Amino acid sequence: MEFILQPLTLLTFFPLIGVLVILFMNAEQKNAIRWVALGTSLITIGISLWVFSMFDATNPNLQLEAKYSWINVARFNIYYYLAVDGLSILLVLMTTVLTAISILCTWTAIEDRVKDFMVFFLLLEVGMTGVFLAQDLFLFYIFWEFTLVPMYFIIGIWGGPRRVYAAIKFFLYTMAGSILMLLAILWLGIYGNTFSVPELIEKGNIPANIQIWLFLAFTIAFAIKVPMWPVHSWLPDAHVEAPTAGSVILAGVLLKMGTYGFIRFNIPLFPDATVQAAPWIALFATIGIIYGAWVSYAQADVKKLVAYSSVSHLGFVMIGLFALNPEGVAGSILQMINHGISTGALFLLIGMIYEQTHTREIKVYGGLWKITPIFGVFMLISALSSMGLPGLNGFVGEFTILLGAFGSKAIGNPWYAGISALGVIMAAVYILYMFQRMFMGPAGEVTHHHQLKDLNWREIITMIPLIIFMFWIGLYPKPFFDILAPAVEKLLSALPL
Amino acid sequence: MTLPTFTDFYTLFPYIILTVWTCVLLLVDLFIPKNRKSITAMLSALGIAVTLGYTVTQVGITGKGFNNMVALDGFSTFANILLLVSGLFGIALAYGYNNRMNMQRGEYYTLLLFSLTGMMLMSQATDLIIVFLALELLSIPLYVLSAISRRLDSEESGVKYFLLGAFASGFLVYGIALIFGATGSTALNDIFFAASSGTFSLLLTIGAALLLVGFSFKVAAVPFHMWTPDVYQGAPTPVTAFMSSGAKIAGFVALFRVFAVAFPALSDDLTNVLWVLSALTMIVGNFVALSQTNIKRLLAYSAIAQAGYILMAFVPYGNKEVAPIAIASGLFYLVAYTVSNFGTWGVVIALEKAENKGLELDDYAGLAKKYPALAIAMTIFMLSLIGFPPTLGMVGKFYLFRSAMDGGFVGLAIIGVLTSVVSAYYYLRVVVNMYMKEGDPTVENETWLNFTTAITAIVTVVVSLVPNILFLLASTAVF
Repeated sequence: MEFILQPLTLLTFFPLIGVLVILFMNAEQKNAIRWVALGTSLITIGISLWVFSMFDATNPNLQLEAKYSWINVARFNIYYYLAVDGLSILLVLMTTVLTAISILCTWTAIEDRVKDFMVFFLLLEVGMTGVFLAQDLFLFYIFWEFTLVPMYFIIGIWGGPRRVYAAIKFFLYTMAGSILMLLAILWLGIYGNTFSVPELIEKGNIPANIQIWLFLAFTIAFAIKVPMWPVHSWLPDAHVEAPTAGSVILAGVLLKMGTYGFIRFNIPLFPDATVQAAPWIALFATIGIIYGAWVSYAQADVKKLVAYSSVSHLGFVMIGLFALNPEGVAGSILQMINHGISTGALFLLIGMIYEQTHTREIKVYGGLWKITPIFGVFMLISALSSMGLPGLNGFVGEFTILLGAFGSKAIGNPWYAGISALGVIMAAVYILYMFQRMFMGPAGEVTHHHQLKDLNWREIITMIPLIIFMFWIGLYPKPFFDILAPAVEKLLSALPL
Repeated sequence: MTLPTFTDFYTLFPYIILTVWTCVLLLVDLFIPKNRKSITAMLSALGIAVTLGYTVTQVGITGKGFNNMVALDGFSTFANILLLVSGLFGIALAYGYNNRMNMQRGEYYTLLLFSLTGMMLMSQATDLIIVFLALELLSIPLYVLSAISRRLDSEESGVKYFLLGAFASGFLVYGIALIFGATGSTALNDIFFAASSGTFSLLLTIGAALLLVGFSFKVAAVPFHMWTPDVYQGAPTPVTAFMSSGAKIAGFVALFRVFAVAFPALSDDLTNVLWVLSALTMIVGNFVALSQTNIKRLLAYSAIAQAGYILMAFVPYGNKEVAPIAIASGLFYLVAYTVSNFGTWGVVIALEKAENKGLELDDYAGLAKKYPALAIAMTIFMLSLIGFPPTLGMVGKFYLFRSAMDGGFVGLAIIGVLTSVVSAYYYLRVVVNMYMKEGDPTVENETWLNFTTAITAIVTVVVSLVPNILFLLASTAVF
């Protein structure tokens, strides 16, 4: 039973305590339930900071390991195995922070079935944290699939008009992808007689022709989650229909589970296949960058615009990862965080205005700046951060990624990076065009008729942490790169490059 | 001619206890007044519990009896325990329902017990004659039970089940006859020696194939599944619940034993047949289920599809190294299926109203708001049947797919996982209705029913997190 007291076990499963408390509360005490959920998520942040304080950034290996034999009969060799390293620690911190922020943003937005909502949300946090910490493929798969369930309910119950369609599409699309990964996991388990990832990496020597197939099975699962072009079509639906908190978590964390999967599993487990596949992934990523930006520009719904911009931004992350050099990989992990922060912020802000106007159509707004200046400032900063303005976080990530992609031996062709760079310009176009239509010019229909209120204190508090990180990473990214560098170095050292 | 010894009786003791108990109960029931039939129900549950208690003491003991016609081994004990638990669930689901639907009669319980004895005999049979005997013993009470509510559709269901069941028995008997002709014996071991002596006639192959057809009817494998939706829909729901678990377990257990013991030599031919059978069952069951709007029909097709997954475990039966693991994974999945299946039917029974009302998917709309606990339980069962964590169904499928891959049947495993995605769609429709639509359902509140639903839901989740014991039991349950 000592595994319960391990720091990482506490971090992963602490939200369950909140779930238990909420289950025994009266559904009518909505505010009390909200406070319990918020308190739980704040304590979870505390635990994640405690874990961070014990984390040694100079050590490239897995740390704070909690490894216990779980199922060791019937030729299974499955561990309860949680650990953290430089590749995952930032994502874990982001998960706990974004969860608390999301709970805060639902304070007035979710009035119906608050109890169920908070239960699902905290369960989702358990799943997400587990995905980033699990070092055993079976355990990972359980967390990975489990995240689908609460998210499915969050979209399906509290979403927009087409919520049921979006929820089922999200569930089936993701499940269809990950189910082939299950077979690949089984193959690895039979091959290595263990599901522990470090042991499998150490054993290595998977024949190259089989590596390709396994790589493909994992890639389909992760690519759908990222989502890479052309398997992205669930994303706009899910985002548009999901409630704000759902969108924030979806964009901020769930998509990162896909890119994280590539880092944690594809690259170290299948090194030969990774090198072989790099140019192809770069190709798809480049198409995604341009396509996502292009489609974003054409959107009339501001939430859909941000959703498609995610396809574009995650394309950067992918091309950076498969540049397979330290700049590219470190840049793309940082960009994963950046995207979580800036896109999360954009979804939050859109949600705040939607709560008042109940429309997200860009053309009915206009002149918001004059009426809601605080909202405008926050929106401007987040938009600029998302499009990669120097001095804000997006720039650091994208610049490093492009630097890596240009010089990448694995991709082998600087044109991919060249074309991807166009995506940065296009981002400026669609983001500024959106900003101009919503905030500048004469007051639009909705701006005119509604008695719009500016952000209140709760909403400002929700936004502040994100804004701080935008500037921090933008102006002084060194501490973040210092955390990433040793682990990235170790990850890449094993590749046959 | 030697007289049966104590050892002979010992091998069949659980079966004997239950049979005697049932015969006595049949008489006792005559003296129980019509409005006190709860006593009969209680007594039958007690009989099962006693038998279960005795069966548990036989764990780890092996033996043969009655001239090698029956065997007691880990496999039969595992199956018997599962069957007896199914019997308990079957009674727990039926009691309140029978009251509510005005069909509370003592015969219900004695018939259920008789059927259960047949199933237990099936799991111990090592001679084709006993297999046939057991099959009839388990089937005939089920035909009657299907028709017991005296509604037209129930009677139709009973007759249909009887006719097709008789047809299937015909295949089985004919197959046994041919095998006897080819090998000169009906004992599984003798058949094994005759078959593996090198030359065996075409008769044997045809006989084995006919046996397979007969069993396929019983476990509802495609293309022998046509009766299932109608019978499952027409029969009283608790009967369906018992039938879709118990009869399926018995059918699979017999299939496993007969083929793995007697016909490994035929595996070159039969493995391909089983491959196709399993793939077809998964594909047809899951795809046809997509368009169902009645929950009983939906679950009938789901039961067909689940049979396909269990069959998958059985495809590499001829491979000496893989077969024990594969059969263990089949047993494991049978447990997962049985538990989730009873839970699901428990929820269906809770919502069912007289005159077949409350059985459409639309009737589940709004369940989560009014009865959150029931909706959570149903969600757990649906996730388990899809094979989604954190449920027993997920662990079961993980085990099944691994044994398929162990045997080198990656293609079949791929079909298995892809059809699981298809199944997610229709299982989730139930969840969509419960959580995402507005409605005002009413639910029966019966102690034993609630108890069954709660217990199965808890087991489905908890055992999936600590599955070691179940793995150990299943993997040591070999013949």
